[in-house]
Amino acid sequence: MTVEEKRGIMGREGGPGENFPVGMRVLAVDDDPICLKVLETLLIRCQYNVTTTNQAIKALNMLRENRDRFDLVISDVHMPDMDGFKLLELVGLEMDLPVIMLSANGETKAVMKGITHGACDYLLKPVRIEELKNIWQHVVRRRKLDRKERRCLDNGEDCEKLQAANSEGTQATDANGPVNDNGKVNKKRKDQNDEDEDDYEEATHESEDPSNQKKPRVVWSVELHRKFVAAVNQLGVEKAVPKRILDIMNVDKLTRENVASHLQKYRLYLKRLSAVASQQANMAAALGGRDTSYLHMGSFNGFGNFHGLTPFQPSGVSNRTNPKLLGLPGLAPGMVQIGQTRNNTNIPMNDLSKFQHIAVPVNQHENLFQGIPTSLELDHLQQKQKGINELNNHLQGVFSGPSNSNLICTTNKSLLLQGHQQQTQLRGIGNQPPVAIRSTGVDRLEMSSVVSVHLPDLGKCSETWQNTPSLNAYGVNSLSTGVPYNDDSMISSNMGTSLTSTVAQLHGNPLNMSSNNLLVTTQDSLIRHDMQCQTSSLGGTTLLMSSGIADPKFLSFRSLGNVEQKSNDPKQQNALGPNIAFSSSCNSTLSNQTLLNNVAENQRLKNRIYNKKIDTIMINQPSFDTAFITQYAKTDKSHCDNRLTFCEDNMFGASKMQGDFVSNNCNFDDLMNSTIKPERDDIGFVVDGELGSDLFSLSTCL
Amino acid sequence: MASIPGPDACPPTVRLNYPTAKLSLFLLLSLSSGPHYLIKKDRERKHRKPASKTGLPVWMLGMGAGRWEEDMSHLLALLFRQGVLDEHFMQLQQLQDESSPNFVLEVISIYFRESEKLLRNIRTLLLDRECTDYRKIGVYLNHLMGSSSSIGANLVRNVCVAFRAASEHCNWAGCLRSLAVLEHEYCYLKNKLHELFQIEQQRVLAAGVRYHPLLQ
Repeated sequence: MTVEEKRGIMGREGGPGENFPVGMRVLAVDDDPICLKVLETLLIRCQYNVTTTNQAIKALNMLRENRDRFDLVISDVHMPDMDGFKLLELVGLEMDLPVIMLSANGETKAVMKGITHGACDYLLKPVRIEELKNIWQHVVRRRKLDRKERRCLDNGEDCEKLQAANSEGTQATDANGPVNDNGKVNKKRKDQNDEDEDDYEEATHESEDPSNQKKPRVVWSVELHRKFVAAVNQLGVEKAVPKRILDIMNVDKLTRENVASHLQKYRLYLKRLSAVASQQANMAAALGGRDTSYLHMGSFNGFGNFHGLTPFQPSGVSNRTNPKLLGLPGLAPGMVQIGQTRNNTNIPMNDLSKFQHIAVPVNQHENLFQGIPTSLELDHLQQKQKGINELNNHLQGVFSGPSNSNLICTTNKSLLLQGHQQQTQLRGIGNQPPVAIRSTGVDRLEMSSVVSVHLPDLGKCSETWQNTPSLNAYGVNSLSTGVPYNDDSMISSNMGTSLTSTVAQLHGNPLNMSSNNLLVTTQDSLIRHDMQCQTSSLGGTTLLMSSGIADPKFLSFRSLGNVEQKSNDPKQQNALGPNIAFSSSCNSTLSNQTLLNNVAENQRLKNRIYNKKIDTIMINQPSFDTAFITQYAKTDKSHCDNRLTFCEDNMFGASKMQGDFVSNNCNFDDLMNSTIKPERDDIGFVVDGELGSDLFSLSTCL
Repeated sequence: MASIPGPDACPPTVRLNYPTAKLSLFLLLSLSSGPHYLIKKDRERKHRKPASKTGLPVWMLGMGAGRWEEDMSHLLALLFRQGVLDEHFMQLQQLQDESSPNFVLEVISIYFRESEKLLRNIRTLLLDRECTDYRKIGVYLNHLMGSSSSIGANLVRNVCVAFRAASEHCNWAGCLRSLAVLEHEYCYLKNKLHELFQIEQQRVLAAGVRYHPLLQ
């Protein structure tokens, strides 16, 4: 290995050489010595320079000490000291190197997870030499894209089109081609830039051939990123331009290009989160069926200072003081999506205060950070809507009990829940509710439908629920992963209920409230129907909205918790288990805002509530300490029929958000109060690493 | 050549076909240029050719290496047919060259070591029915699957897949059964691979004999 290291060091630094891909410097990380040895030999056979290590930490250190030492990283997924996905994210964010994941597990979920975390490829063990012969394309592609991005961002153009165009990897693949093409492309871009540049002082820089230019890589440490995020927040994520960010950050040795490319990545990341959030929101909408018009971006604005990155301030939204619903940036986009998808439900976003978001980052691997990448969830949502409608019908009369007005479900969650088909975890929840809410196959949906069942008294809740959608925007993601929810639609109803409780008027039915809560988003049909059911104790569940990171499942989870069928007493209703609070704040700045933790301690939903213990673990986004908190929920079946198996062990520096609600014992009074009283600013976000309470799956709401 | 770990963990199901001890003794005797003493087997009689100048049978002069190769290819063909090994094992063999002459042997040795550890761990986990950590079993299985598939141990890998299914359903009895099958298949693989290595050793020895100065 020493020899190889030396070879690696002696290799070129910076751009590709003439013999590329020969001599490409690869770092291989795998805890299995056999695979590592075989991989190493194969790579040597492909004429790459290989460095190997069996520990992820060592690999990171190697990468950090000299960013230009490697061109590509290949990493195993399952490693004892650090999760492969986490390593992947860290490398991607800090060093901007292409990372290839390697695993024996080829299931679609796992692959999807890899891709959403930013892997540029996912290989299955056993690795074949033919596959390894082609991995150099990722290096080339990234280089090209980086250059284009930087130029674009500097110009303030929207480089995404460019990216989209390039993302298919259509660059010339012959070894010498890339260099030339880059040169040509760069020149072209320069010309275009020159034509419409406004303050593009550095045009002269770009005129040099970028492929020959060696730019020392900037390491985006946590501190640096925090500053960056703060600057972006200050400017507004949509309006942030690299130059201004740079000025605000006031860090020397940082060039605009660095900032520009980092900004690009950051935006993509937010998009991803919001996609997840929107899914959740869709789920919620499905449950609630309210008009999700508010979901539009405009509604975000209505929420006060909500804008991309800043925490969601419900101020505009509701008269009630809303606890800091996290205005997760991710939500915004999600919200928009929600709005688009459907909705008949009007979930007034106003009463955010009433909403307590349940951010249940159940997701095992997916910390909120990942979110659900696609907006195909929206499509799913639509499907679900139909299903939800059916479910709603079923739900009528099924649920009874006090509705929990406190239930604030982040719409995102519901949406995400609904939308996200991949979130099979929600399935587990779905099974729970007795009401046969059949979602159209999305697990999440089920959650929403379930939620809707327990709607708190409409009277109280109606307005508040409306707000939830906004909250839902936050990555309900938390729920998305890992929890295997059964396919019953119950989950959706649960979601709905939780959400609905916060939703003010659901169609005038008392049940509407419940439906609102989760759904906030688009699905009003569900909610409406749900409304008809008696709103039950949605009460206790407080949803934690995490800024974009909340696992949708969690959200729904929470909402389930809120749905308590039996009593009108809000306290009781929150038998819905644990509040899974996740707040994933995109930025460090979000820490205060973010979590709406829904610590649904009301566990133990007597009837059919899934009582699963959900231990939520806050998972922080790897690079930002406070930023992302994802909870990892472990469920242990206690009362529920459904099995929620959250098996994820995602632990990235968990940070706990302290909120009013402490897990396990839902403070229903507080919940109720919080939702009702606008003055309350802090709706307890309690994010505990260990919810410990019997978290029931969402389906238990019923 | 590095020493091959003996099949200690597995029941000795393999009986070596070739009297390696006798062979080495014979070689020793022949090389010391004492009276040649042939251990004739029926098979050898068939191939016996007129003795060369040195008086040793021709098959001793390195042409016997062909026999070992033949045996090796027979064994490999058998294992491929049975599905015990697949093309990744071939890939492994192709990776062995002058720069890494003992590559296959090293990798397989590491594989044996790691797999036995994993199997032991899994068995320990399954001791207690009530508090079996299925998730951990899944992790170990994943590990075993990855390494088995990397060296081309197809059958072991397939058994792991079935085992994993049982562990995902938290089926204790099923897990136990799967573990028994897994251990059996693993032992069979190990024995066969040992056999393969020994044939290879003989082959190298036989090929080397040809160039012995005394035999020229």
